[in-house]
Amino acid sequence: MNERATTILLRGRKVVGGRAEGEALVTRERISGWGGIDPRTGTIIETRHELRGCSFAGRVLVFPGAKGSSGWSNQFHLARLSGAAPAAMLFTEMSTKVALGAVVTRAPAMTDFDQDPFALIATGDWVRVDADRGVVEVIKRA
Amino acid sequence: MRLTDAERAMLEGAEGPAVARAMDLLVRYGEALGAERLVETNNVCGTIGATTPFMRDFAARHGGLDAVFSEFNLDSPEVVKVPRARTFTCHLQQGMDPDHAAAMGLGTEMVQLFRRGEAFAAALGVELANTCTPYQVGNLPRRGEHCAWMESSAVVFCNSVLGARTNTEGRESTGAAMLTGRIPYWGLHIPENRRGTHLVEVEAEPADVADWGLFGYYVGEVVQDRIPVIVGVGAPPDLARLKHFGAAASTSGGIELYHIVGVTPEAPTREAAFGGARPAATLRYGRAERRLAYERVNATARRREIQFVMLGCPHYSLEQLREVCRLLAGRRVHPDVELWIFAPRAIRALAVREGIAKIIEDAGGRLMSDTCSAMSRAIPPGTRAAAFDSVKQAHYLPAIMGIEGWFGTTADCIEAAVRGRFEGDLR
Repeated sequence: MNERATTILLRGRKVVGGRAEGEALVTRERISGWGGIDPRTGTIIETRHELRGCSFAGRVLVFPGAKGSSGWSNQFHLARLSGAAPAAMLFTEMSTKVALGAVVTRAPAMTDFDQDPFALIATGDWVRVDADRGVVEVIKRA
Repeated sequence: MRLTDAERAMLEGAEGPAVARAMDLLVRYGEALGAERLVETNNVCGTIGATTPFMRDFAARHGGLDAVFSEFNLDSPEVVKVPRARTFTCHLQQGMDPDHAAAMGLGTEMVQLFRRGEAFAAALGVELANTCTPYQVGNLPRRGEHCAWMESSAVVFCNSVLGARTNTEGRESTGAAMLTGRIPYWGLHIPENRRGTHLVEVEAEPADVADWGLFGYYVGEVVQDRIPVIVGVGAPPDLARLKHFGAAASTSGGIELYHIVGVTPEAPTREAAFGGARPAATLRYGRAERRLAYERVNATARRREIQFVMLGCPHYSLEQLREVCRLLAGRRVHPDVELWIFAPRAIRALAVREGIAKIIEDAGGRLMSDTCSAMSRAIPPGTRAAAFDSVKQAHYLPAIMGIEGWFGTTADCIEAAVRGRFEGDLR
């Protein structure tokens, strides 16, 4: 490994079990499901969202939580069936929308971290999520 | 999570595979939340239709409506035969209006699919209210009743105005609740979690329905998913104002419960609304905040020429339909504009009998039901810009359909429908 690469460990609570890894996509803005994403591609479509036009498909999505319509879970459910789900979901604010959405996305998901994920994870970092053990490993992009 | 003996038996299959799948989902969901137990419910509002394009294709490919219910209402990888609902269950809005299918760009095979879906739901004992406003057509849970509702604008109304208790459920959790009569005891089911968190002091008193929408849009964006306690609104808001306030607040943020001191049932006083605690923050709603909300909701609007006006988000009441009739009196919708107005089918039936529907149709508009443009992804062909009297629709539809959207009062929108140009502004 490149000696300049830094690895950071976070611990948190399992929401949905499993292990996955991928490039991080980080936003401090909450995400709308229905009317906020295109589930066929995993792209954020909300008009004023900072990630508008970005896709979370196959990436580790780091976000505060869910907002908006109760169609949240269904949209992420559709994203899974379209092959456009995130590889894993890390979030800080628990809600019924995000919990149910994570469950039906069936991707590893975690919350309740011991450190601030927004301070430690940036878009483009490589992130390994082991939700069963409650560990997130962040390999900072050099 | 602790399960009762009856719940454990359901999980283990004593009541058949569909109920077992439903309980399995509730356990996974409850554990994801960190809930300690489930609570009994006998009031579920959900959706089991398969009328959106993706669902229609899924039903066709995977073996019909039991397959759709298994996947999308139970998150079950295996197809199970769906038994009758255990609870009172009310269907929310659908993906199309079968009586206006052609206008929505849908053929007769889609209408047949819709009818099959309706027959499927009816056979399960589901009430076919087909509206985002079940509270306008007789679903009025009592104060404190544990419910499992989806549809964010209905959830916020249920909690705030009726004082019943529901979290924002989803398609899968309401499907599971419908077959088990259970939902996780978490969040707003627990009395301590219903106390206000943010104090909102109103300086610019909302004067009409549109103003209440802007107010909700601003408060939602600031408060996000916390619980605002509002003081200083002036005249107590009526049904339409409360409906639009909540719909807007749950669009820009995730507000599921608000208190208006002296108006809503859990806020007889400011102290009661906060449960004796101090507000985490205080915000002010004045003219500058109102202006900001207006500019944000009109963020996509550029061209004044509009081809489409959509009213009835959330679904209109009879009183709102009467207001449209007054505004349309002696006028005609512009030949280049389509005017679509959505109401619950029960209210549309009344509107037909009262002659309201005829007035709208004679003026060149359409009185529709069961859905809306955002749900059905249906707009008139050639629409580049549209006008709405709903903050919620103005927020969502431009993002979903790639059009420009104006927000204004109902009068601004009718004026736009007649002239083909939106001339509304913040007044």
